[in-house]
Order: sequence, then C-alpha cells, then structure tokens
Amino acid sequence: MADSTYPIPGSVEAPHRWSQAAVLEWLNSWVITVDHKKLGILYMLYAVFFLLVGGAEAIAIRIQLLYPHMHFMSPQVFNRIFTMHGNTMVFLFGMTYIFGFANYLVPLMVGARDMAFPRLNAFSFWLTFFGGLLLYYSFIGGGGLYGAGNAPDVMWWAYAPLTERAFSPGHAPDYWALSLIVTGFGTIGASINVIATAFCMRCKGMTLMRLPVFVWVNATASGLALITITPLTAAQVMLLIDRYLGGHFFDTQAGGSAMIWAHFFWIFGHPEVYVLVLPAFAIANEVIPVFSRKAIFGYPAVVAASVGIAFVSLGVWAHHMFTIGMTSVGNAFFVLSTMLVGIPTSIKIFNWLGTMWGGKIRFATPMLFCTAFVVQFLLAGLTGIMLSVAPWNWQLHNSYFVIAHFHYVLVGAIAFCVFAGIYYWYPKVTGRMLSEKLGKWHFWLFFIGFHVTFDVMHIPGLLGMPRSIYTYEADRGWTGWNQIVSIGGLIQGIAVLIFAVNLIWSYFKGKEAGNDPWDAWTLEWATPSPPPAYNFATDPVVTSRRPLWDIKHPDDPDWKYE
Amino acid sequence: MLAKWLKCVFLSAKNWCLLLALFIWHTAFAEGPQSTPSIYAPASTPAQSIYDLSLFVLTITGAIFVTVGGVLAFVVFRFRQRGEDDTTEPAQIYGSTQVELAWTVIPILIVVVLFLTTARMIFAIQDAPQPKSALDVTVVGHQFWWEFNYPKYGIHAVNELHVPLSDPQSPTPTYLKLLSADVIHSFWVPQLAGKTDLLPNNVNDMWIDPHHTGMYVGQCAQFCGVQHAKMLLRVYVDTPQQFEAWVKNQQQKAVEDESVATGRHVFETQSCMNCHTIQGTAATGRFGPDLTHLMSRDTLASGAMANNKDNLREWIRHPDTFKEGSLMPAMQLNDQQLDQVTAYLATLK
Repeated sequence: MADSTYPIPGSVEAPHRWSQAAVLEWLNSWVITVDHKKLGILYMLYAVFFLLVGGAEAIAIRIQLLYPHMHFMSPQVFNRIFTMHGNTMVFLFGMTYIFGFANYLVPLMVGARDMAFPRLNAFSFWLTFFGGLLLYYSFIGGGGLYGAGNAPDVMWWAYAPLTERAFSPGHAPDYWALSLIVTGFGTIGASINVIATAFCMRCKGMTLMRLPVFVWVNATASGLALITITPLTAAQVMLLIDRYLGGHFFDTQAGGSAMIWAHFFWIFGHPEVYVLVLPAFAIANEVIPVFSRKAIFGYPAVVAASVGIAFVSLGVWAHHMFTIGMTSVGNAFFVLSTMLVGIPTSIKIFNWLGTMWGGKIRFATPMLFCTAFVVQFLLAGLTGIMLSVAPWNWQLHNSYFVIAHFHYVLVGAIAFCVFAGIYYWYPKVTGRMLSEKLGKWHFWLFFIGFHVTFDVMHIPGLLGMPRSIYTYEADRGWTGWNQIVSIGGLIQGIAVLIFAVNLIWSYFKGKEAGNDPWDAWTLEWATPSPPPAYNFATDPVVTSRRPLWDIKHPDDPDWKYE
Repeated sequence: MLAKWLKCVFLSAKNWCLLLALFIWHTAFAEGPQSTPSIYAPASTPAQSIYDLSLFVLTITGAIFVTVGGVLAFVVFRFRQRGEDDTTEPAQIYGSTQVELAWTVIPILIVVVLFLTTARMIFAIQDAPQPKSALDVTVVGHQFWWEFNYPKYGIHAVNELHVPLSDPQSPTPTYLKLLSADVIHSFWVPQLAGKTDLLPNNVNDMWIDPHHTGMYVGQCAQFCGVQHAKMLLRVYVDTPQQFEAWVKNQQQKAVEDESVATGRHVFETQSCMNCHTIQGTAATGRFGPDLTHLMSRDTLASGAMANNKDNLREWIRHPDTFKEGSLMPAMQLNDQQLDQVTAYLATLK
C-alpha cells in the first residue's frame, strides 16, 4: 500500500479531543457552531435518529399486516403511523442525510475552509431541526378528532380535499403543512449554500471539469431542491389559506380543484425523488472508483448524465397521476418523458460498470453496499420502466407493487449508499474505523432482509393489494406474502441495530484510521482525521481530478490524461 | 475470500428455501375459498390488453436485467482483488467516447420501442368509442362505500355492481361514469380493468366488457380516510337473463310487510331515515346507502362482513365492531328496538 501521509503542506494540527473540554462547554459548542463539519455531523445524527424512528414505524406497520383483520393498532393509529413513516423517511431522513454528507464533504473536497455562508448553514440546520420536532409534537399536541394526538393521517402526499376542514377537522394537516414549510425553508437555505460553495469556493486549479463527481452531483441535487421545494411550500400555504382564511383553492365543495393539488404536489414530489437519490449516486461515484482502484469511467458523461437526470425529472411529475383522468395525449406525453429518464440513468449504471471493469475490486464494507446498490438500482429502474407504461400503471398504481418499487429506490439505492458513505467517511469524521466484522454482519443481514422484504412485496401488488390499507380480507391470497415481507422487515431491523452498535462501539474502540485509510484520491483525505477547524492552513492547489493520485504517483499523474 | 463468499451465498440460499417452505405451508393450509384479484387472471378486454402489454414489457426489462446483471456478476467475480497483498494499481482507463455512444444509443432505441407500444395501448383503451349496445352506470364514491346508478333503469345499487356478460360476438360493455361525493377514491377491480380515480367536481370514465360470468372483487385504491381499507367492491357479471331478473327486482319499490311495522316505525322515528332511502316509504335520506333492496346484497358495510341477520343487528347496534370509524353512528337503540328494526330490514329483499 502506498504511504498514506500526504497532507497538503501547511495543514494545521489536529484539535484537542472533545473529552478534554467541559461537558457544558462542549454541548454549547455544538449549539452555536457555524463549522461546516460540526453541522454536517449534526445533520447526520439527526438523519440516523429519524431513520431509526421511521424504521420502528415500519416495523409497527408490518406487525399490523401479519394477519388479515389483525388488531395491533386501530385504523386511526395505523393511518397516522404510515403517514408519519413516509414523512419521516422523506423529509426528516432523506432531506437531511443529503446535507449531512454535502456539508461535511463539499468544502473539504473543493479545498475550502468552510461553506460559503456559515451562519446561513447553522440557521438552515436549526430550521430543519425544529421543523422535525414540530412534526413529531403532533403525536401529543392538540385534542384532535379522536382525542389521540394530531399526527398527520392523510398520506405523505396529503391529497385534497381529504385535507380540507370538512374531512380533516382536527389539526393533522396543519402540523403536516406547517412543519414541512419550516423544514422546507431549511432545505432552501442549505441548498443555496451547497451550490455557492461548490461553484464559488473552489481552490486554485479546481476547474469545473476537475470538480469531484460527488460535488457536481450534490450541487445538482441542491439546485433541484431549490426548484422543487417552492411549489410544495406554495401549495401548503394555499392549503392553510383554505383551512383558515376561507380560500377555495382545493375546496371542492366550493368549486376548488382536487387535481390542482395533485399537480402541485407531484411537481414537487417527483423531482424530490431525484433530490434524494442523486446524493446517493454521489456517494457511489466516490466509493466505486476508490475500491475498484480506477478513475471514474467517463467523467464528463457521468456529470452530464447527473445534470440530465435533474432536467428530465422536472418534466415527468404526472406519471403519478395516470389514473386521475388525464387525456390520452397527456398520458402519452408523460409516458415518453418518464421513459427518457431511463437513458441518463442507464448511462450512469454503465459508467459504474465501466469503472469496475479492469479494476482490482476490494470488497470492504463500503464497496459491498455499493455493489448491492448497483444491482438494486438496476432493478428499481426496470420496475420504474414497468410503471411508466401507463396502461400497466393503471393496474399497478397505488398497489404494493409501487411500494416495492419505491422502496427499492429509497432503501435499495439510497439507504445502501448512505451506509456505504458512513462506512467510508466515518474514519475521516471520527479518526477511527468502523468495525469491518460488524460491518459485514450489517451488510449481509440487511441485504438478505431487504430482498426478503422488497422482492416479495411486488407480488401482493400484482395480486391486487392496494397500498395504505390497515387490514385486508383473508380470502384474497395475500396473507402468506405479507408474512414473508414482515419477516424480512424484522431482519432489516436487526441489521440496522447492529449498525447503530457499530457506530457507538467503534467511536470508542475502533482501529485508529490515520489520514487516508482507503488510499483514496480526493482532497478530504489529505487532511488529518478528524480534520482541524478550517480544514486547510494554506489553500491547496490541484492539477487534476484526483489530486492525491498525482502526489502518490508522480510518475503517472492524472493531469496528463485530462 | 472465495470460500467466505460461497458460504454467504449458501446461507442466503438456505434462507430462501426456508421462506419458500413457509410460503408453501401457508398456501397449502390456507382456509376457505380464495378469490384473489390478480391482474394475471384477466376477464375483460382492458385487463387482457394490459396483461399482454405487461408480458411484452417484462420480456424487454427481463432481458436488460439478465444482460446488465450478468455483466455485473462477471465484473465482480473477474475483477475482484486476489490476495490482500496485491497492492499494485490496475491500468487507469478514463473513458471511451465510442463506448459511451454505444450505451447511450441502445437505451434510446429501447425507449422508442416501449413508448410506441405503450402509446398505442393508451389510445386503444382510453379512447375506445362507446357502442350503442353499451350499458351506462354512474359510480359515486362515498367515504367508505360505493353508489351505482343505472340511469336507463332508474336503479340505485350499492357496493355490489351488477353488469351483463359481454359476448365478444355482440358486445355489451359497461361504461362507468365516475364521480365522488366527498374526497378522491379509486375504482379498481384488477381482473376487469385498470383503476380510475373518482374526483369531486370532476367526471372520469372507464369501461369493462367481462367475458366470463362470476364475482370479481376489488376495492378503493386511493387513500380516502379512516376506513379506506374496508371500502371493498364487488362486481357480479351475470348472464343476460340473470341480469334482467336482477334489474326487475331492483326496480320494485320496497317490500311492504305488516308483521314488521314496529321495526319500520323505529326506522322512521330514530333518524335512520335521515341518511337512508327506502323506496316507497318516507325514508329519502341520501347520505348513506339506499336500503330498498338491502337483502339482495351478499355483504354489508361495503364488503366488511357477510349480510345475515346477526351481522346486520350488530352493525346497527355498534358499527365500530366491524368498521371502526365508519360514518354510520351507533343510534343507542335498546335490544327490543334492535330486534324490531333488524326484522324490518331483513324483509327488504
């Protein structure tokens, strides 16, 4: 292995460890911090916490569906739990992990000392933080129709007019709209910051064509978030006007339109999927080359495909609405635009394969997760093609097939990449390696549990089982499938607990990581682990896409081939 | 390393076998007759067309999966690191324009084929002209039940849709006009057609032409509130003779039976009639289902339970027993009133 001590000349010393500071002062430092690394860690802790909460909700859902007419929860509670599961995973886990990684890594990767707007950065995090708290306060706050809290029970897409006061007289839609408006503003602030940092804080020599793919893809996702959060916030404000100021935007009893809400929601909702999944691609784009020991195959194509996905994704929203009664021409248009997404995504998959081809692949835990991710994302894409076929969608829409499809994206692609990213960068953040042994257990259990759950989950959908039902009839032939799915969910739950144990155990007992444990190539590995405040004492200068490769291989530097 | 891999593969295979055994056990020991609304048991043209299209799409996507998945499996096996001590770096390849072009063009061609096939099917199903022989039914979705109006016959059926068999030689399809009285619902009977949503303030339509008689189950497919799960749906495909007989019965006014006059009195004085209609009586409420021919239906509360006297009595006494959160209130009737009103309703054939 190459010598791994290649600090950029002039890096400052590692700071004193946290244990040496007084506890209160230490806590205070986390609250008032404007340091991008600390905020990144806060975002990640927040995301992992809500991943566990959302996971617990998923387990509750699976227990309820073990048997027909099971009464583990009342229908009212079940509806709140599955709505909160969706909202938690999308808004409190999904929308925060992306800024966790981006906050910590984008400045390091572009050779900057902090994000472009450190105070905005802190403000954005705390907005998101309190928005999430407000959403969960709904479980205990307010009297509500059933006297059991006011947690949203209108699905994560909150279709009107079910959210209007005539049909939701409690405060459930209010908590939903208000808390997501707050986290939405947090997202907008964080997105502006990522874009500004990626494009304006680059160190000397870091041209746009030398920007790590991770940074490119995160900037793209942030740009997309800026565009898509806006219609959601607008729609939520309109909903609140309907509910409290006598507006009639979506109030069908006074001539409002239910379909307009669906358009508003999905023009947010579909690009949102790409806001969540692009940063997962970003992680894979770093992990796969390093563990294949090869430069990313076709850098310009990978970047172009990522930006292309973002553009095309803005024109596909109504494929969530094939059954809502659009004209045949309208349906055909959205079939075509949706299928077009398949082209840049397949380019990405092929480029990952091209990167691995001819390499010497090291299957450490991050690479195991990324390899599984490639297969699963391929399958998710293919079921996505099936769903884009509008007539077939008329059958599959709102069935368990759709649930299986998007969990293939959200778990099979995003969660797998998040785990890969955490195993990969945890040494940089804490200075210690995560246990490989626990990591392998985590991976294999999660992999098996994932496939038991989500491969099988397609089947009840094909057998006519709709989503968001709290129970089902015994004679439908769905029982056995649901039980297998539930068993898989339990296996995943155990795997995630192993992961949580690994995070804590390794923090105290893990192997010392050193600066560059994976023999990687981007600038963050040139700093000590954990990196000091302000990262670099002097501005680094780069001459290629892989600055550390150039240092490690002066006889065969990258810049000769760019 | 390889041994470790094989062990893991073996372990997961063992796991799968166990699960398979579990599943077989379940199917083998499942009790009662099954009526699975599988989209792979189509009984009507739209469902059949979708079935055929889905096989075509499955073939293409399956081929893509085998090809790309195969390449990945090969790469993982062939290019894995052999031996921990082999730390020399492989040859660095930065990309290839020809290869990029090739794997851009192939997906484009696949998309063109898939899109044209799909578009054709959209127009064939969605824009199929309505023949003169078609039956019109207006479907109205309510929070947690279905209303079926036959304008030609003046019938108001509930939860159980009866349609005539459609002989391909002389088709008599049923065209459904879809409306909603409150929130968004979705009409889905997988064996007959894909689903279409029912929106308030909006009219949608769809059609079915069932080729086989029998009962087809489905349910609401758009979350519509507390009891979305028990907004079940049945479609009975009758022979023309059966259908005619059913229509004739439904067109009658309610049966008048003096022996249950006390029950009728309870019905008409305890606010039941505020929400329910019984044709030929003073009860003309529109909020709940029409009960004129209640006993001609197989199920109660939109399929929540079988329609028999015991269930009916319990349903009236305490609707939450079967359907917690349904919009029918418990009217606090005493035992005698319950018996009387159940006896009355049981005469409404």
